[in-house]
Amino acid sequence: MSEYLLILVGTVFVNNIVMVKILGLCPFMGVSKKLETSLGMGAATTFVLTIASGSSYLINHYLLGPELSYLTTLSFIVVIAGIVQFTEMVIQKTSPVLHQVLGIYLPLITTNCAVLGIPLLNVQADHNFMESIFFGMGGALGFTLVMVLFAGMRERMEGADVPEIFKGSAIAMITAGLMSLAFMGFSGLIK
Amino acid sequence: MFEALLAMSAIAIVLGAVLGYSAIKFRVEGNPLADKIDAILPQTQCGQCGFPGCRPYADAIANGTAEINMCPPGGEEGIHKLADLLGVEFKPFGAGVEPKPKAVAFIDENTCIGCTLCIQACPVDAITGAAKQMHTIIAAECTGCELCLAPCPVDCIIMLVSEEKVSNWKWKYPMYALSPAR
Amino acid sequence: MKQRYQFHGGVHPAANKTQSTQTPIARAALPSHLVIPFRQHAGEAAKPVVQAGEYVLKGQLIGAAVGSISSSIHAPTSGTISAIDSQTVVHPSGLPDLCATLIPDGKDEWIEHHAVDYRNLSQLELRQHLRRCGIVGLGGATFPSDIKLRALKSPPGKNTGILIINGAECEPYITCDDMLMRERADEIVRGTDMLRFALSAGEVLIGIEDNKPEAIAAMRRAVAESGLPFEVVAVPTIYPGGSAKHLIRVLTGLEVPSGKLPTDIGVQCFNVATTYSIHRALDHGEPLISRIVTVTGNVAQPQNFEVLIGTPILELVAQAGNKPDTNRHIIGGPMMGVQIPSDTVTLTKATNCIIASSPALFPPLPPTLPCIRCTRCAEVCPVELQPQDLYWYAKAKDFAKTQAFSLFDCIECGACSYVCPSHIPLVDYYRFAKSEVRARDAEKQAADKARIRHEFRELRIEREKQEKAEKLAAKEKAAMAAKQAAPAPAAPQTDPENTVQMKIQAAIEHAKEQAAAVKPKNTETLTPEQQADIAEIEARRARIRELASSHVEQPKEN
Repeated sequence: MSEYLLILVGTVFVNNIVMVKILGLCPFMGVSKKLETSLGMGAATTFVLTIASGSSYLINHYLLGPELSYLTTLSFIVVIAGIVQFTEMVIQKTSPVLHQVLGIYLPLITTNCAVLGIPLLNVQADHNFMESIFFGMGGALGFTLVMVLFAGMRERMEGADVPEIFKGSAIAMITAGLMSLAFMGFSGLIK
Repeated sequence: MFEALLAMSAIAIVLGAVLGYSAIKFRVEGNPLADKIDAILPQTQCGQCGFPGCRPYADAIANGTAEINMCPPGGEEGIHKLADLLGVEFKPFGAGVEPKPKAVAFIDENTCIGCTLCIQACPVDAITGAAKQMHTIIAAECTGCELCLAPCPVDCIIMLVSEEKVSNWKWKYPMYALSPAR
Repeated sequence: MKQRYQFHGGVHPAANKTQSTQTPIARAALPSHLVIPFRQHAGEAAKPVVQAGEYVLKGQLIGAAVGSISSSIHAPTSGTISAIDSQTVVHPSGLPDLCATLIPDGKDEWIEHHAVDYRNLSQLELRQHLRRCGIVGLGGATFPSDIKLRALKSPPGKNTGILIINGAECEPYITCDDMLMRERADEIVRGTDMLRFALSAGEVLIGIEDNKPEAIAAMRRAVAESGLPFEVVAVPTIYPGGSAKHLIRVLTGLEVPSGKLPTDIGVQCFNVATTYSIHRALDHGEPLISRIVTVTGNVAQPQNFEVLIGTPILELVAQAGNKPDTNRHIIGGPMMGVQIPSDTVTLTKATNCIIASSPALFPPLPPTLPCIRCTRCAEVCPVELQPQDLYWYAKAKDFAKTQAFSLFDCIECGACSYVCPSHIPLVDYYRFAKSEVRARDAEKQAADKARIRHEFRELRIEREKQEKAEKLAAKEKAAMAAKQAAPAPAAPQTDPENTVQMKIQAAIEHAKEQAAAVKPKNTETLTPEQQADIAEIEARRARIRELASSHVEQPKEN
């Protein structure tokens, strides 16, 4: 059990997918203007990523095997695309506003490097099924965490006296950089 | 080679089945988003957006066939709200569609001939009167859409800009100078 | 001795009250002219019932109350109405409002008035009498008192409601309530008894801040002499302890929940000056035409005056003795007061204090500096808000966020601005945000109303079209049947006549339809779907109306 916990803590804090691995920056900068939206994006990504890591393990292990390993990237993309389509339908049904707000970023989860990156890292690290799922979920939770933290800061920043040239994306980039520095403080938490 | 094809087809079949099923299960009827957009629009029903009323414009925005910067009565703030709701960038008004100050219509009752044309034009039934009888505007109901101006054959309707009174006065944004750094 | 409670925060500004309590209340001289605004109370402005040139007697009605929240306006003395027009009034905007100008004839002749036996009046008659007498809360909020006079429900754990008489007068410089209690304690006790009767309250508490020992002694004596079971409680001096909600908290330990009124927890609170004017209205039948006003600050002899409503403020200040270095005049106290917008403004029912200010007395504030988020404002906020966050979002015009931070619970007491080390005019930001939010709500309501009206119009047009089509179809059918029944050769002869008749018939039908359309009661001819639609619209309207009525501004009183 403790190794799963280690994977979770490790992926959420120490090797945070956005702040340390610098993956998935597109939605991180794109949909972090509002707290609710970022939470929705985080939830959608968590859902997609958890299922994608599980199913990609199954595909890699049982369907492809070592002979067909040249198909890994291709098949993973197909599976992720399918899951994203499914998620999009569910969100459109349950929360049309979230669907509209996430807009182009929702189908873009397909091409989110974090979502493809984690299954590939799973293969690389030779994780078993449960490890893959926890690695995927942990990565996605880490993604959600920084999304929410960052959105909270950006919401407050709306009211700040930011010099004119730094307004908008510029100050957001600076904040993201500082946040990334802060996350470096977690390295060394787990050996 | 054959195995590769088989593997990919298997993935495709499974995914196709899941997506096909969920497309039926999660079908969306109507467009609930249009209601939210309609709630933001000022409901003047003026048609300045090119649509016959606020609801059709809201439907058009929800379908993505209309821009969000076509509603002058909503003001820039309306655009900001729409941009927020839809998660798109703010878009300023184009030339010729700037908002005007809020006004209500007023009928010069000496000139009015009682033709009822303005009554038929008013989208919110804010004009009372009957044929050959003098008409008058119910100021509290008037949205200031100006739709009654064009049909009037004797041009007896004017728009009165609503003045600032004690009852509708608003506190101003506090302005003070920061002291210069030394 | 009753147990007292505390509230969070508060400040202790220098009281500066002794200057104006050295001499008894003086009667102000009859002014050269009086300008009486028709909007002197919260709610709808009164409607003028006199015309320019008309002679009026003292106490004669000149403005009648209209609408549910409104009050009456009376002539403060006898004389001639010289004009009814827009003039600058005491309002932070400095905008003009409708006023009556009265030139006194010097006779000060009363209109016929007499005491009413309030014990034999029904509650409705009592309320109507107070409304006719123009009684409003004199603590500052000027909320019409008649609306507050409903039988109280009992607070939790008690079996009768609590009446609180507010004599706290927490704001610096102001002493009008203090002097009133010292000199007219018996009358206040009489008025309190009337209020207790009208509200059927069981417990009566009179709260006075402990920096007014003379007033407390006078009130205790008056209560003891009357033999009534009222309790005069000395409350600790702290600003804003005179805010109704805070006095209730200190005296009873009950807290008025956010967005609720004191009545909702079985407590009602009246200011001592209001209580006094209620006594005048019932025991003497006199309308509210004068009040006690403190004139203090940079004047020769700071003191309290009994002044007619409508007296020009500068004329009144002159009676206390002008000083040359006076540069401006403040209406109200130094914490919540506003600067007078023009030298011509006159006294209203809300004016409790006039402070002549000089640069020595109130030196200009040091320049404003950026907020350093020290949260001293949060420490002193008596309603436990986060003023620094409210400021942050009000400054950024993020009104949704300000509401999330309970903007509307702010009582604008100014304690936060008072302690702010950066001298930020915090309350100005809250006032700005509040009026923006109110304006937006009003716009939203107007938009909803317009939407409903538009939808109903579409529905009506559709219904008329449908009805017309049905009628036409029926007529065609009838014509076909008639054609078949009638012999063929007769047809060409009757045809033109028929069309004319049909046209007339159609016109009559059309008129009938229109009549039906404007008569909503005529619902027999509607299809079930249409009826359902109409019912739905009616329900929505009712809901909107309910919303609108619950959005009525909440009364507050100091």
